Amino acid sequence: MQAKANPASVAAAVPVPGVTAEIVTFHPPMRPAVERLRDGAGKLAAALLPPVIVLGLTILIWQVLCSSPGASLPAPTKVIADSWDLIADPFYDNGGVDKGIFWHLAKSLSRVAIGFSLAAVVGVALGVLVGQSLWAMRGLDPIFQVLRTIPPLAWLPLSLAGFRDAQPSALFVIFITSIWPIIINTSVGVRNIPQDYRNVAAVIRLSWWEVFWKITLPASVPYIFTGLRIGIGLSWLAIVAAEMLIGGVGIGFFIWDAWNSSRISDIIVALVYIGIVGFLLDRLIAFAGKLVSHGVSAQ
Amino acid sequence: MNRSYLKFEQVGMSFHRGKTATEVLRDVDLSIAQGEFVSLIGHSGCGKSTLLNILGGLLTSTKGEVFLDGDVVDHPGPDRAIVFQNHSLLPWLTVYGNVAIAVDKVFGASKSKSERHDWVMHNLELVQMAQARDRRPHEISGGMKQRVGIARALAMQPKVLLMDEPFGALDALTRAHLQDSVMEIHARLGNTVMMITHDVDEAVLLSDRVVMMTNGPSATIGEVLRIGLPRPRRRLELATDPEYARCRAAVLEFLYARHRVPARAAA
Repeated sequence: MQAKANPASVAAAVPVPGVTAEIVTFHPPMRPAVERLRDGAGKLAAALLPPVIVLGLTILIWQVLCSSPGASLPAPTKVIADSWDLIADPFYDNGGVDKGIFWHLAKSLSRVAIGFSLAAVVGVALGVLVGQSLWAMRGLDPIFQVLRTIPPLAWLPLSLAGFRDAQPSALFVIFITSIWPIIINTSVGVRNIPQDYRNVAAVIRLSWWEVFWKITLPASVPYIFTGLRIGIGLSWLAIVAAEMLIGGVGIGFFIWDAWNSSRISDIIVALVYIGIVGFLLDRLIAFAGKLVSHGVSAQ
Repeated sequence: MNRSYLKFEQVGMSFHRGKTATEVLRDVDLSIAQGEFVSLIGHSGCGKSTLLNILGGLLTSTKGEVFLDGDVVDHPGPDRAIVFQNHSLLPWLTVYGNVAIAVDKVFGASKSKSERHDWVMHNLELVQMAQARDRRPHEISGGMKQRVGIARALAMQPKVLLMDEPFGALDALTRAHLQDSVMEIHARLGNTVMMITHDVDEAVLLSDRVVMMTNGPSATIGEVLRIGLPRPRRRLELATDPEYARCRAAVLEFLYARHRVPARAAA
């Protein structure tokens, strides 16, 4: 029979002698710098060349198609010639809505930032509720499934009627557009938390609040960020449409204004900017998700 | 010494699904002394894990009671720390964090911050994982993960350490290495241990007693074999030891002659 375990003797125990460490870091031999540089350049070329070639070809075809005198859309060279002031100086500000494209984008981004942040907070909270409570899921899920199919702009008249002001209405449209994927993905993440993690929490007797902060949230981070990524994409889609209707400064209004003034080239420049900003937003959320998930991946 | 530090009394377990009830365990009686290492062996589906989960408090028995150190077991708790088969480390925490989350919760009131840090490091050293403290679970091998799982359980200073097929998912060499580590730790700390295993050699090598379960449904304890081999035990010397061979044969005889897998018995 073994000796009785008492805390003092346990604490006094020392590591087992004669056992070597298990972790060995291997340093692969360094190859010559020139060779590594050439390899790196080769990889870079392999990644960059195809998109550059395809882009070049697309612009070339566009140029050829729109070069005839009767073309309804401007060719790339004409776009650059017409809208050079927009491309060259995105920061000018002549007062009113006559601003550089940077200011329009900044205004739209600030609306997205506010509406999307609200959606993220409320969406994650509702998602956790729906994921944890069977009753809440049965009650709320059917409503969510119907509401999430409503197109963003269909909410605009109702929110204008409710808020009686264009600004909060635009924010509400962003909010209501981006919240559904956040709720749904968060709830799936919470439901999919492995029983093992719950068992660990039960054995060390974490309180409900500790389980929420230390287990539920970190375990569902990959799902939450999937929802946030879809959500930010949708809000960027919705803001352009909403701003066309509410007016004022904003990239959506800029496009609508350009159309009304028949500045087709300006529209094309704005579309390129919108695409690039949307892409950057998506990458930003993906990067943030990678930072906080610490190698936890969705199963 | 207290012969019934841990005591199962007439423990039975039935699962109800609709109108049909399945009796998994029936009339399990078992007393385990403090410091004893007991293995639970039996074919798949014999209710070993159910029995361990009842002791762990993750399941509640439908009949009978479990007593640990005089108290009725009716909820999970750190006095019955569990080493899970699939290690169950939290992937977003480092090796250190996985042990610290348990230590901070269990000793948050009784130990200072620096004492808790020392206690985490002490337990990581015990399983030779102190060097890997800043790694995350996906960066270390299966054997190392299980070491951290053991450190986390030991760090709770449990009255009884529960191990649910702790080495089942590991390759044979890693498994042998970890079995040796568990024997060393048991010799040093004198923990009371209850371990589930499928492996006859593992059961005989590690245990003071091997509890053999009959096949389910309505499984119960078929036989308890005392392993009289002196400690410390060395696997190389035991390979030719007649007492080891006798114990091994007795368990094999129980599992494969008297309580064959139900499907094969029917065929």
